[in-house]
Amino acid sequence: MKKTNRRTFVAGASAAALLTGSRVAFADSGKKYSDGASDTEIKIGHTNPYSGPASSYGVIGKTLQAYWKSVNESGGINGRKVNFITYDDGYSPPKTVEMVRKLVEEDKVLCCFNTLGTPCNTAIHKYMNQKKVPQLYVATGASKWGDPKNFPWTMGYQPDYHTEGVIYAKHLLANVKDPKIAVIMQNDDFGKDYWNGFKEGLGKDAGKVVKHVTYETTDPTVDSQVIQLKDSGANVFFVIAIPKFAAQAMRKAGDLGWKPAIYLNNVSSSVTSAMKPAGFDNVQGVITALYLMDPTDKQFDSHPDMKTWVEWMKKHNAEQSLQDASNVFAYSVASLMHETLKKCGDNLTRENVMRQAANFQKFKLPLLLPGITVSTSPTDFYPIQAVQLSRFKGETWELFGDIMHAESS
Amino acid sequence: MFPKKWVLPLIVLAFVIPLLRPWMPEVVSNYRLFLVSTMIIASIAVLGLNLLTGFNGQISLGHSAFYAVGAYTAAILMDKLDMPYYATLPISAAVCYVVGWLFGKPALKLEGHYLALATFALALSVPQILKYKWLEDLTGGVQGIVLSKPEVPFGLPLTEDQWLYYYCLVVMIVLYWAANNILNSRSGRAMMAIRDYHIAADTMGINSARYKTVTFGISAAYTGIAGALSASAIAFVAPDSFSFFLSIKFLIGLVVGGVGSLAGSVVGGIFYVLVDNSAQALSTFVKNDLGLQFDLSAYTVFGILLIALMYMMPTGIVGGVYAIVQGVRRVRRPAASSSATSPVRDVAANQQRP
Repeated sequence: MKKTNRRTFVAGASAAALLTGSRVAFADSGKKYSDGASDTEIKIGHTNPYSGPASSYGVIGKTLQAYWKSVNESGGINGRKVNFITYDDGYSPPKTVEMVRKLVEEDKVLCCFNTLGTPCNTAIHKYMNQKKVPQLYVATGASKWGDPKNFPWTMGYQPDYHTEGVIYAKHLLANVKDPKIAVIMQNDDFGKDYWNGFKEGLGKDAGKVVKHVTYETTDPTVDSQVIQLKDSGANVFFVIAIPKFAAQAMRKAGDLGWKPAIYLNNVSSSVTSAMKPAGFDNVQGVITALYLMDPTDKQFDSHPDMKTWVEWMKKHNAEQSLQDASNVFAYSVASLMHETLKKCGDNLTRENVMRQAANFQKFKLPLLLPGITVSTSPTDFYPIQAVQLSRFKGETWELFGDIMHAESS
Repeated sequence: MFPKKWVLPLIVLAFVIPLLRPWMPEVVSNYRLFLVSTMIIASIAVLGLNLLTGFNGQISLGHSAFYAVGAYTAAILMDKLDMPYYATLPISAAVCYVVGWLFGKPALKLEGHYLALATFALALSVPQILKYKWLEDLTGGVQGIVLSKPEVPFGLPLTEDQWLYYYCLVVMIVLYWAANNILNSRSGRAMMAIRDYHIAADTMGINSARYKTVTFGISAAYTGIAGALSASAIAFVAPDSFSFFLSIKFLIGLVVGGVGSLAGSVVGGIFYVLVDNSAQALSTFVKNDLGLQFDLSAYTVFGILLIALMYMMPTGIVGGVYAIVQGVRRVRRPAASSSATSPVRDVAANQQRP
């Protein structure tokens, strides 16, 4: 039984190797490796801003390091230690190119994982696909990462901003009577992705947007923009902003006595960094879409995933805050990478890593909201595509309605 | 001054080493060639700043803006007009010359730190201007422009990175040769005279307004060429690539290499790329091997090195090395020492300004 299994595996594997025509080192007993993998080690590359203007994202990199360290302490993946190499790119695309070339050509990593930032990932997009090195679960929600036809070596992770924008538009058209919509948007690709999705969702009702203003991340406040929006007489307020500005916008709306129906993008759903600074009085009834459990949300306190996470944080990542949703994000995305490599078994080739990444069926990933799962296929490179709407009540989010599966084709 | 007899062997060496790749693929790897190309690009940008600050005495914190203009000019020409990458260099240089000249005009009224602040504003505004909605069709807004890397021409048996390296190297040699000629001409002496004492220069009949604006233009053109080269090398431009920190890095390269020294610009360019790349390794070394619990960012390392250098080599690495060489010579040949300290002091030692 065992013998036949192994023989068929070897036969199948060598056939696959012949078909893909790749350079694969054969070892005994059917183990196959690309650069960066061996009997004892798997090398994973990563870039993240630890310095410079976007260094607040450094938390994600540190939690990822702690995650792989804890994996190694408990024996690694299929007996192999993970060598997680992370470099600082300071959120500067040329630096990312330099660092990723170092990872691929000098360190010879098996794959890159969760490289952070839309411009940074854009700068290496072509290179990774030319070199045929997996660029997995990138830390950006732009919609361009799920394009297996043109970029078969790149895959996103979180629900894309575009889809989320569509969901808000559909919800407000169905629920708000005679909507007059005001939009504040961060003036970059992140903002535009949401805005394009939102417009698409409105469809022929796009004319109901009565006022659309933008801000730059270098602006000190968005007060004047919010005053303009209030004066437009809108009764719906869509906030496309990172936490700092989302908090300012919602607080200002409250201060002005403006009470529209507020839709807030998922990026700013953190209770500690956005909702609390905005003032709980000002944000009652705000609607957002969630896919991860919020660490401050009391309803998940007894959930086994959350318990495991809190325990893990205390043991392996005690320096970081238990309130910070970035740590939940990092833990969940690292778990997905962990699972992908586990599924690869002894066939640690780059082709197989991609094949396994594109082969999840309703996989239950830790810390995703109950009912949301990871599904991918060779034609679907968007791992998470479901969200659940939730409304802010008291001091926390309250989920309502069904899980919404938005298949953005 | 940098000994002339070393220049030719160094250039020959720079041309031969990449050809050793087939025999030593690990030592002369594609990645390292790429890294050296970025150093070359950096040293051209530092040279541009040096022409302005080191040889003309005008301080600029805005050279990242000219770098960005050069990079975007090249990128737009390649993207929209399908121009070959080499043809974009002269156009980028011309555009940057005009921008620099125009900026140099009002800057005439500003001296010292006021000029530094005005150029600072330029560095901050250019990334925002690139995102402006009227320019978005051209610049690609925040998304930037994705380009193709230069291809190896004429079927030469080189890799892409080898070709890129030679391309950058040739451009650098031409630019350094040109800069050397400018500085050793009447105009160059006029530039330096304005730096040293502009009232005296005016009295001598030098049109200091014209020289200052033209120097601003040339300096911007040099940095713009570096920007255009980087657009080809990285094959991507985005506003995030040209933040204000880039200006600071040029300035660090300038001060560390040696203000007012051509060789210093090369050293400065190499230095800032090296430190930028090894700061993180140093940080992990401090953390894991020395057991000190704090994060060193690249800028911390820059800062510490800068302070140390200012104490030990206040005239930059090139000036410092030169002083050491002079000292050794003096000890060796006490008889010749009188001529070494003759009134005609050397350029590198003389051209240091804070």
